[in-house]
Amino acid sequence: MKSLATTRTGRAAAAAVLAMAAGMVHASTMPVRWQLNMGKGVTESAHNAYHAHMIALWVCVVIGIIVFGAMAYAMFKFRKSKGAVAAQWSHNTKAEVIWTVIPVVILIAMAWPATQILVKQADTSNPVLTVKVTGYQWKWRYEYVDYEGKPTGVNFVSKIDAESDKTRQLKSGLDPHAVKVGNEQTYLLNVDKPLVLPTNAKIRFVITADDVIHAWWVPALGWKTDAIPDIINDAWTLIEQPGTYRGQCAELCGQDHGFMPIVVEARPKAEFDQWLAAQQAAAAPATAPAAPAPAAAPQG
Amino acid sequence: MATHAAAGHHADHHDDHDHKPQGFMNRWVFTTNHKDIGTLYLVFAFIMFCIGGAMSGVIRAELMTPGLQLVEPYFFNQMTTMHALVMIFGGVMPAFVGLGNWMIPLQIGAPDMALPRMNNWSFWILPFAFTMLLMTLFIPGGAPAGGWTLYPPLSLQGGSSVAFAIFAIHMMGISSIMGAINIIATILNMRAPGMDLLKMPLFAWTWLITAFLLIAVMPVLAGAVTMLLTDKFFGTSFFNAAGGGDPVMFQHIFWFFGHPEVYIMILPAFGVVSEIIPTFSRKPLFGYQAMVYATASIAFLSFIVWAHHMFTVGMPLGGELFFMYATMLIAVPTGVKVFNWVSTMWKGSMTFETPMLWAVGFVILFTIGGFSGLMLAIVPADFQYHDTYFVVAHFHYVLVTGALFSIIAAVYYWWPKWTGKMYSEKWGKFHFWWTIVFVNLLFFPQHFLGLAGMPRRIPDYNVAFADWNMLSSIGAFGMLLTPIFMFLILWHSKKHGATATMQVWEGAHGLEWTVPSPAPHHTFTEPPVIRAQDLAHGDPTH
Repeated sequence: MKSLATTRTGRAAAAAVLAMAAGMVHASTMPVRWQLNMGKGVTESAHNAYHAHMIALWVCVVIGIIVFGAMAYAMFKFRKSKGAVAAQWSHNTKAEVIWTVIPVVILIAMAWPATQILVKQADTSNPVLTVKVTGYQWKWRYEYVDYEGKPTGVNFVSKIDAESDKTRQLKSGLDPHAVKVGNEQTYLLNVDKPLVLPTNAKIRFVITADDVIHAWWVPALGWKTDAIPDIINDAWTLIEQPGTYRGQCAELCGQDHGFMPIVVEARPKAEFDQWLAAQQAAAAPATAPAAPAPAAAPQG
Repeated sequence: MATHAAAGHHADHHDDHDHKPQGFMNRWVFTTNHKDIGTLYLVFAFIMFCIGGAMSGVIRAELMTPGLQLVEPYFFNQMTTMHALVMIFGGVMPAFVGLGNWMIPLQIGAPDMALPRMNNWSFWILPFAFTMLLMTLFIPGGAPAGGWTLYPPLSLQGGSSVAFAIFAIHMMGISSIMGAINIIATILNMRAPGMDLLKMPLFAWTWLITAFLLIAVMPVLAGAVTMLLTDKFFGTSFFNAAGGGDPVMFQHIFWFFGHPEVYIMILPAFGVVSEIIPTFSRKPLFGYQAMVYATASIAFLSFIVWAHHMFTVGMPLGGELFFMYATMLIAVPTGVKVFNWVSTMWKGSMTFETPMLWAVGFVILFTIGGFSGLMLAIVPADFQYHDTYFVVAHFHYVLVTGALFSIIAAVYYWWPKWTGKMYSEKWGKFHFWWTIVFVNLLFFPQHFLGLAGMPRRIPDYNVAFADWNMLSSIGAFGMLLTPIFMFLILWHSKKHGATATMQVWEGAHGLEWTVPSPAPHHTFTEPPVIRAQDLAHGDPTH
C-alpha cells in the first residue's frame, strides 16, 4: 500500500514533469534513417570516442586505398591473358622492413591520443551528483545517491514505455512507426520514467546489477559500462546541452534484453534542482500516511 | 622389403588396385584412411553450415522489419546462440580439420596421419556431440539462449540444456585436441626425407601452429564450462559473487580460450590462401619465411589480448591500456601477410580461375575485417562499438569472408585432386560473384547499424534502423542459396566433370600435385624422392 501511494504520487509528479519537459527539449540524438556514422554526442567522452573513431577510420581508409589499389593494379596489369610473364623473385628485405616499421609508427601515433583519452576517462573524482544504476531483468533502477554533498533519498525504477511494450508483442499487429513522442519515433527507445540529470555538472555513475549482467549505454554520452551483479563499476559524464538522450541495454540479459531502454533527460541546473525537490517532496509525504492504508484496501 | 609386401598384397586383391575397404561400414565408419576421414569431416561441416545457415535465416527474417513477426524473443536468443556454436564448432573448425586431414599427408609426403585410429575417433565423436547439442532445441526449456559466450549468471538460467550443451562442448573439445595431436605428430614425425620444416607448404605450417593453439586452449574452455556445470548443478560458486566467486572471472577464462580460438579459425585460412595465390600468379610465394614467422607471432599474440573482448567490464586503467596496445600489435604481422600476398601477385602472370577468385576475395574482405578489428582495439572508440552491430559486422567479415571464403577456395582448388574431375568454371565463377554481392549486402550495412547505435543480440529495434536491416536481410536470403549452388556444382562435377590432370593447375607446385588425380586411396606408401621443382617452397632461404 505504501508503495502504491508512492507510485501514484510519483506518477503524477512525473506526468507534470514530463509536460514541463516537453516544451523545453533542446537536443536529440536519435538514430536517423540510413545513418552511416557514429554520432558526435553531447559530452567530452562522446566527442573523444568520435574523434578516436574517425582517426582510426581514416587510417584504415588510407591504408586500404594503398593496398587495394596495388592489388587492383597488379590484377589488371600482370594477367597472363595480357602476356605477362611471371618474375621468379620471392623476397625483398628492404620492402619487408619498411612495411613492418611503418605500421608500428602508425600504431604508436594512434595509441597516443587514445591513451590520453582513457586516462581522463578513468578519473571519476569530485562529482557533483552520484547516481547509482542497477540493472534488473528487464528494467533499470536509478538512485540519486548524493547531490552537492547531501543524500537525496530519491530513487525509482525506469522501464520500457507502455506503447512500445504493447507494440513489440509477437504479432501485435501494431505499427512500430506509430510509436511517437512529439515528432520522434521512439519505438523501443522510450521509458515510463526517464533519468533526469543536470547539465554542466560532473555526474558519477556507480553501476551494478541484481540478477545477470547488463550494460548501461547511452550513445550520446559516449560510453557503455557493464552492470554486473555484486560488482560495482563506475563511470562519469558531463552533459553539455539540455536534451533527451536515448540508449539501450547493451549486454545480452535474457529474453527481454532488447526491451530495456534508457532515457536521459538533461536539464539546466536550476530546473534540475526544481525537479529533484519535487521528487523529494513527492517521496516524503508518502511515508507518513502508511498507517491508514489497510482501511483503504477494500476500496482498492 | 616394404615394396615386396606391398606387391604381394596387391596380387591378392587384383581387381581392387586402390585397396579401398569394401562396404559402407568398413569404408566410412571404421575407416582409418586420412582421405576418407577428411571427406567425412568436410561433409559433416557442410551439413553444419547448412543448419547454422538456416538458423541465421530465422534471425535475419525476424530482423527484416521492426516489430516481432515470427518468433518469440527467447527463441530468437536460442537461434543466435546455436547459430554461433554450430558455425564455429560444427562448421569452420571441422572443415579445416577435414582439409588438414586430406592435404597434410599429401603435402609432406606421408602415407597417412600418424595416429589413424584416433583420427577415426576424433571425427566420429562429432556427430554425437552435435546431435546432443541440436537436440536441446526440442527439450522443455529449449536450447541454450545465453549467447555462445555462455556468460554466467545468464547462461545458468537455462534449464537442462546447460548440461547437454556443456557435455557437447566437452566432446567437441576432446575431438579437437585429438585432431590437433594427430596433426602435430604427423608433421613432426612423418615428413618424407628432405621435406624440412622450412620447405613445407604454408598450409601445413599454419596447421602445425594452429594445432598447438588448440592443445593450449581447448582444455581451458573445458575447465570454464565444467565450472559452469558445477555452479549450476553442484552448488559451487566459481562465478557466483554471493558465494565468493566472480562472474567476470568466467569472461577472463572464456576469452583466454576465445581469442586464440579466433586464430584457430583463421590461421589455416592464411595457409590455404598462401597456396592458391602463388599457383594462379605462377610465381613463388613472397616472403615464405616471413609468413611462417608472422603466423607464429600472431599465435603468440593471441594469448595476450583476450581482455579486448571485455573493455567495458570495468578493468583498471592499466589493464585497458595493456590490452589495447597488445591488440594493436597484431596489425603488424597481419599486415605483413597481406603485403606478402599482394607482392606475390606483383609481376606474376595471373589467371582467375574460381579458387583464385575466392582467394582474392578473401584478401580484400578479410582485410576489411582486419581494419574494423584495429578500430575495435582503440578503447575509447570501443566504448561505443562494443556489443553493437559493428562488432557483428567485424567478426562476420573475418569469419565468413575470411575463414569460410578460404574453405570454399580450398574445396575448389583441391577438388580435382580429390575426385579426378574438374568442376564447371562458369558456375564456379557464378557462385563466387553471387556470393560477393550478397555477402557484402548482408554484412556491410551492419557496420552502419552498429555506429548508429543498434546493439547486437536484439530481436527487434527502433524504426530508424529499419532500412539497413532490410538490406542486410535481403543479403542473407541471397546467401542462403549459396550452399545449394555449391552442392549442385560439385555434384555435377562428380557426375559429369572433365577429367583432371595430375597437376590440375598450370602453376601448381607441391607434392600433392605429383600423385594422380583422383589421389589413390593410399599415397606415398613409400616416401617420395623430393625434387626441388616439385616443392611449392623449394628454397628455404626465401
